[in-house]
Amino acid sequence: MAKAVPMTAAPPAAGTARKSQRGLVIREHVVPRVILIVMCAIFLLPFYWMLTIALKTNQELGNYPATLYPHDFRWSNFKDATEVFPFWRFLSNTTIITALTVVGSAISNPIIAYGFSRIEWPGRDKIFYLMLATVFVPYPVLIVALFDIFARLPRPVLDGWSLGWEKGWINTFLPLVVPFFFGNAFWIFLMRQFFMQISPEVTDAARIDGANDLRILFQIILPQAVPAVLAVSLFAALHAWNDFLGPLLYLQQESKYTLAVGLTFFQSASQFDIQYNLLMAAAALVIVPVVALFLLFQRSFVGGVTLGSIK
Amino acid sequence: MTHAKGDTIVAAVAVPSDQTHVEFHVARRFGMTRKERRSLGIGLLFISPWLIGFFVFLLYPLLYTLRISFTRYSGLRDPVWIGWGNYERMFQDEMFWKSLYNTLYYTCLAVPIGVVVAMVLALAMNQPVREVGLYRALLYLPSVLPVFAVTFIYIALLDPNKGLVTRVWGSLGLPHINWLGDPQYMKIALVALAQLGAGQAALIFLAGLKGIPITLYEAAMLDGAGTWRKFWNITVPLMTPVILYDLILGLSVGLQVFTQAYIIAPDGGPGNALSFYVLHLYDNAFRYSQMGYASAMAWVLFIITVVLALVVFRWSRRWVHYETS
Repeated sequence: MAKAVPMTAAPPAAGTARKSQRGLVIREHVVPRVILIVMCAIFLLPFYWMLTIALKTNQELGNYPATLYPHDFRWSNFKDATEVFPFWRFLSNTTIITALTVVGSAISNPIIAYGFSRIEWPGRDKIFYLMLATVFVPYPVLIVALFDIFARLPRPVLDGWSLGWEKGWINTFLPLVVPFFFGNAFWIFLMRQFFMQISPEVTDAARIDGANDLRILFQIILPQAVPAVLAVSLFAALHAWNDFLGPLLYLQQESKYTLAVGLTFFQSASQFDIQYNLLMAAAALVIVPVVALFLLFQRSFVGGVTLGSIK
Repeated sequence: MTHAKGDTIVAAVAVPSDQTHVEFHVARRFGMTRKERRSLGIGLLFISPWLIGFFVFLLYPLLYTLRISFTRYSGLRDPVWIGWGNYERMFQDEMFWKSLYNTLYYTCLAVPIGVVVAMVLALAMNQPVREVGLYRALLYLPSVLPVFAVTFIYIALLDPNKGLVTRVWGSLGLPHINWLGDPQYMKIALVALAQLGAGQAALIFLAGLKGIPITLYEAAMLDGAGTWRKFWNITVPLMTPVILYDLILGLSVGLQVFTQAYIIAPDGGPGNALSFYVLHLYDNAFRYSQMGYASAMAWVLFIITVVLALVVFRWSRRWVHYETS
């Protein structure tokens, strides 16, 4: 690049050449940047407004027209936001559900994807396409039945040293977490795409040496598939953290609520006078972990998203 | 190593006639050789978690919903068979039609606009600017954030008194609009909200753009094609498979729209402008304890989703460009 610049600038041209050169610079370096910056500004505007309102005092919030930035930064809104509703309780519930969802997804999906990609068996591809088709069953179609089924399933309860069974998964984290231990069609698909790219020679050699499929999966495939496992784990974490309908359906006691359902406290507590600054502070607190996860694992996110687009 | 190899060869030479004989008569059950049956067993073992999940959390609930849809069922007492009653009731249920209309209206706007926005974002993300990675990240970020939180932010953004949009809108001298309070604009506001998540699709579009061979553009340039013609004659045709993928996915997501509407207006809002299909289904099932009716609605939603997806697939044969090699 650096070498190319003097070459184009070299011809001892008149003003026209220099002018077209300047046009080129504007077209290639300025215009795309301006467009991209404007786009980013539009996409980030809501979050700017979230922080602005989160930092306003009650008094400033009442101003009309609204001030465009907080004149008086009230940082204690964040602390207050955690106190007007059981924030820490909801945070710990959400974290537990998210962690279990990630564990379940990270264990189940690679095993299932292995069965769909690295073993040849009669009927495999037909069942694989059946699995892909299940992506088209909208979750809301199942909620009536699932609620009824979960309400009847027994759950293990530890009473001292003896194990007992109680009826009903409602009001527990089980309906939100357990299904993920049985794999998710789309994530199995992503994982399979990745497994198919790993060359068969390595596993063939291991097989000839007498390694069974479990050993091949855990000692050869998985070490090479860390990016895929990471991507699926991230998607699982996002799903659990961001899910609204699931917790709304299955968690009915306040002590079991997640942050998603918990945030609606602000509406129900005062229908006509929502404390916007505290609500925005709470929303910011909910978003921050996701942003942090994104910044840490940006590459894996992008890799995972584009993995799905490979035909 | 060589020793072991020698052994297998010897074994292979020594047994063949006997082995094939046995396999032919004993092992060919279900039209499979012993080796095939063994691999079938191992394969099924590996996918067994999914198989169990498929039956327990998908197929059984789907059939259970179908059965319940022909009954009157409150969730407490035993279901009472009423035949097609719930399906007939749907025709007279004004709210059913309203919610279906709202959902289709929303989907028909949000999905095509989503394709255009994703394409525009992807084209911008594909510019040869050094710090393009930063822009890509910033444009993608909103799409991974929780919809419920973003919806609350959106409410604050569009609030008639405290909102930034209202403030800017007003200072431009435009008429005052209550975006989330006026039934005329509420769905439009949700369509706009959906675009905030376009970054995800844009990344898939971007991968598609990067897959287009540069030689095609070079050849077109030699033929004197301008930017616009290159876009319509090369980029768009080669992106059609990605566009189809996004349409199908968007269709399914659009028909399920719930969270945003539930947060903005749990009761459907003024004039039921935000009463979407899934909200009406949810209300019937969990507010009015009409599990039978909600089940019938669930099956109708399932059928609508599948039929619309098939229609888009059929239609796509006319415009999707598949590379012929």
